[in-house]
Amino acid sequence: MYDFNYYKPGSLADAASALAGAEDGKIVAGGMTLIPTMKQRLAQPSDLIDLAAVGDLKGISSDGSSVTIGAMTTHAEVAGSSDVQLVIPALAAVAEGIGDPQVRNCGTIGGSVANNDPAADYPAACLALNATIVTNKGEYSADDFFTGMFDTALDEDEILTAVKFPKPDKAAYMKFPNPASRYAMVGVCVAQTGGAARVAVTGAGQDGVFRASEMEAALASNFAPEALDGISVSADDLNSDIHASAEYRAHLIGVMAKRAVAAA
Amino acid sequence: MTDTGIGASVKRVEDARFLTGRGSYTDDLEQPNQTYAYILRSPHAHAAITKLDVSAAKAAPGVVAVFTGEDMQVGSIPCGWQVNSKDGEPMKEPEHPPLAKGKVRYVGDQIAVVIAESLAEAKAAAEAIEVDYDIQPAVVDMNKALAGGTLVHDDAPNNLCYDWEIGDAAEVDAAFANAHHISKIDIVNNRVVPNAMEPRAAVGAYDKASGEYTLYTTSQNPHVIRLLMGAFVLQIPEHKLRVVAPDVGGGFGSKIYHYAEEAIVTWAAPKVGRPVKWTAERTESFLTDAHGRDHITHAELALDENGKFLGLKVDTIANMGGYLSTFAPCVPTYLYATLLAGVYTTPLIHANVRAVFTNTTPVDAYRGAGRPEAAYLLERLVDRAAREMGIAQDEIRKRNFIPSDAFPYQTPVALQYDSGDYMATLEKAQGMADVAGFPARKAASEAKGKLRGLGYSTYVEACGIAPSAVVGSLGARAGLFESANVRVNPTGSVTVFTGSHSHGQGHETTFAQLVSDTLGLPLDQIEISHGDTNKVAFGMGTYGSRSLAVGGEALMKAMNKVIDKSKKIAAHVLEAAEADIEFKDGKFTVSGTDKEMAFGEVALTAYVPHNFPHETLEPGLEEQAFYDPMNFTYPGGCHIVEVEIDPDTGVTTIEKVSACDDVGRVINPMIVAGQTHGGLAQGIGQAMLEGCVYDDDGQLITGSYMDYTMPRADDLPSFDTDTAVTLCAHNSLGVKGVGETGAIGSPPAVINAIVDALSGLGVTDMTMPATPEKVWQAIQDAKMPMAAE
Repeated sequence: MYDFNYYKPGSLADAASALAGAEDGKIVAGGMTLIPTMKQRLAQPSDLIDLAAVGDLKGISSDGSSVTIGAMTTHAEVAGSSDVQLVIPALAAVAEGIGDPQVRNCGTIGGSVANNDPAADYPAACLALNATIVTNKGEYSADDFFTGMFDTALDEDEILTAVKFPKPDKAAYMKFPNPASRYAMVGVCVAQTGGAARVAVTGAGQDGVFRASEMEAALASNFAPEALDGISVSADDLNSDIHASAEYRAHLIGVMAKRAVAAA
Repeated sequence: MTDTGIGASVKRVEDARFLTGRGSYTDDLEQPNQTYAYILRSPHAHAAITKLDVSAAKAAPGVVAVFTGEDMQVGSIPCGWQVNSKDGEPMKEPEHPPLAKGKVRYVGDQIAVVIAESLAEAKAAAEAIEVDYDIQPAVVDMNKALAGGTLVHDDAPNNLCYDWEIGDAAEVDAAFANAHHISKIDIVNNRVVPNAMEPRAAVGAYDKASGEYTLYTTSQNPHVIRLLMGAFVLQIPEHKLRVVAPDVGGGFGSKIYHYAEEAIVTWAAPKVGRPVKWTAERTESFLTDAHGRDHITHAELALDENGKFLGLKVDTIANMGGYLSTFAPCVPTYLYATLLAGVYTTPLIHANVRAVFTNTTPVDAYRGAGRPEAAYLLERLVDRAAREMGIAQDEIRKRNFIPSDAFPYQTPVALQYDSGDYMATLEKAQGMADVAGFPARKAASEAKGKLRGLGYSTYVEACGIAPSAVVGSLGARAGLFESANVRVNPTGSVTVFTGSHSHGQGHETTFAQLVSDTLGLPLDQIEISHGDTNKVAFGMGTYGSRSLAVGGEALMKAMNKVIDKSKKIAAHVLEAAEADIEFKDGKFTVSGTDKEMAFGEVALTAYVPHNFPHETLEPGLEEQAFYDPMNFTYPGGCHIVEVEIDPDTGVTTIEKVSACDDVGRVINPMIVAGQTHGGLAQGIGQAMLEGCVYDDDGQLITGSYMDYTMPRADDLPSFDTDTAVTLCAHNSLGVKGVGETGAIGSPPAVINAIVDALSGLGVTDMTMPATPEKVWQAIQDAKMPMAAE
């Protein structure tokens, strides 16, 4: 690990100014990806701004029709939240399935969503559940927020503060884990709200999380596994690596989508 | 005799220390004034070093010294086993410098060492080293390597290390000419990374006053390291070199070998005048711990009309990697081809083995070492032959088993098995596996859209490595005996110094059980000491499941000497003839009388010899023994694996593992079960999960746990393990060994089960690791119309 400056501001405003003033500053929101990367000397930020002491960013609130989760809320807190379990049980299940207990007790929703790892679980949940990403500067729809692998709509000095999830009628997430890392090799989150269906796929796309529009159209008229019969996702834009070819990933998207619909 | 003796499931005495974080591993040892070494390694698989400038690194903050191969003019890292080609030529044995001299041969090869006040400073300084590489094409694929072109070593044409054979090819060909059926198979035995929990570490120290060097290292055999490093690399005489292998966190073979880092820190310590510590990071473990397996094989089995085996032909290519590791040459020859008879009466066998250099991490013995490769090949081939001839899997094995009354049994490939009962382990395993209930379970799986399969593996291995006379004639440059010293302290407690080394096996418990059983002492009066060349007279260490069968026998021999001496003392004190003294239940008695002496009284008398007849009776009670075995030991058994496959995803779930092994006499059933569990996890890991992948440039793609799949608890079912014992016929304990059985027996059973599950679709083959994608792809390919046929 290279040397860096460390800040632990007590307010969002202080965090924002520290970030703006840093030459190559990075936000620490749990550090589950950033710290290992730094330990391997693959990242060399000049400054780390740790949000752990910004109390406003932690916590879960619900009005019965939506759930708002502070950026610094850990996966374990989301998984264990009675509000989340009541309003969007699928979201609690997503959080419960991230990493291992250590990761779930350190890693945060804000850190995961802002990092937009192409194999992370939360981006698929945000996209399928049509979440709103709240920052210190404004709001984004999930559709606008995830702009590519490890890339988001966040400005360099912008800090993600919360994620707001509207309550769906039905939702579920099915993950096929990479056998080695246990990240999603293919993860499919499906949600039905009113007459609309959304299907988001993580782990498989070359550009990160994406929506499967043909599946969404089929499920809009009939939210049932058999509605997906005969629908295939093209392997063209999917990842291919030692664990799974693009064709296998394409196939698994279909299987996981059906299983998610059945489980929703 | 005692409730802590042979056969008792005594809780491991070492576990309290390990489980409470009080183990003392090499990296835990803090030397006064120590420095930290960081090793700059090659990022390229094959390159000439055209420029190496360490001046900026030497000037960096905290740096004590920087050394390169030019500075370190020492001997080559030696190889411990010479194999000759079939034309009589010795194997190619290229120079292996601890720090590269002008050329690097695999990613991770050592280029320079930076020694600094802190590890962080050493790492930072290493980035200031300027290296220019002339990158050359990497030799990765074994078949391409043999075609020549790019050479890993200029003195090894076609990258061939040796071309060796065993058996008579013409006789085997004649058997094939008369065959009713010939089954053929192509096998890849996948390369695996050992992944001991504790990464390798080494600390070198030098005492200017005494001129003694000390190396603390993560080794399975510190005396062997002292010999190899002292005599061959650094020319330090043994009386001035102490090697200590303290608590070691797993080895699986990878910590047998002498590694460059051990020589580097020992050599550097007097140069910098301070102790030098190096500890591998996990990435370095992936890159530089000797890997395992990595064979490509074509084999053919000739059978008569009844399914009796007539002959076996085997052609294997084995990867040696970039340099010859300590025991690498013997693994695909004397530990592999000599096991190709397996548990069967195959009368004629010929095997040809070519060992190949490639620009990859050196390959050497890994849990099982050669024997898993033999068992995998045979059991896959037998499974295929049974399918092709329409014979049941158990039936074809039974028809070809060496019968239990045929021992000692001389195989056509050099070994003589001393004991075994393969029918007994098979039938017991079948009962454990409820084979009779399999059709109903298969139907239940099919009713929910799943496929179900059952796979057999019946295997034998050679352990207790090994008789010095035998291995000497096969090219070993060492004897493979073991030593033990039993020191009876004046108050009757016992300290045992053993040349065996425990790095997870639990010797502090099992060896103490031998003492408890033999001398009638409670465990808290027994200390087992190992791993320090200044304490233990000599030792060949622990590998090849040899600790109990060789080291345990040495201990028995030393204890018998103690008993003999004690009888002399008791006879003197009790004023009886030595021949009349009996030893039982910890007491020496004069037979036919009530005169007795407790063991502790004899011990005290030995050290307070007020009236000893000094012409015939020496004071003291301490005995040393060396034991060289008569033969290998031959554990064997039957593993039955049942799998269920989800055809939609290719996910294979191991439903049941039933392992019945003959490990000889069991000293501690709980430890035997634990060893079997660990071996099964590694065997199933190789079969289902673990696969080492290099790209064409020689970069290790599976260089971390992000890409290398280690077995996790939820990948494995609860194991059903048991034993069906026949005693080893040539050692006093009747023990055979258990360290490797799980890793040897299980891989073919797993793959055979998967092939069985898919056989209804017409699938006949599956390669390791059988990942979900491979299984799914096999199902897709089977569904395709047979247009190509």
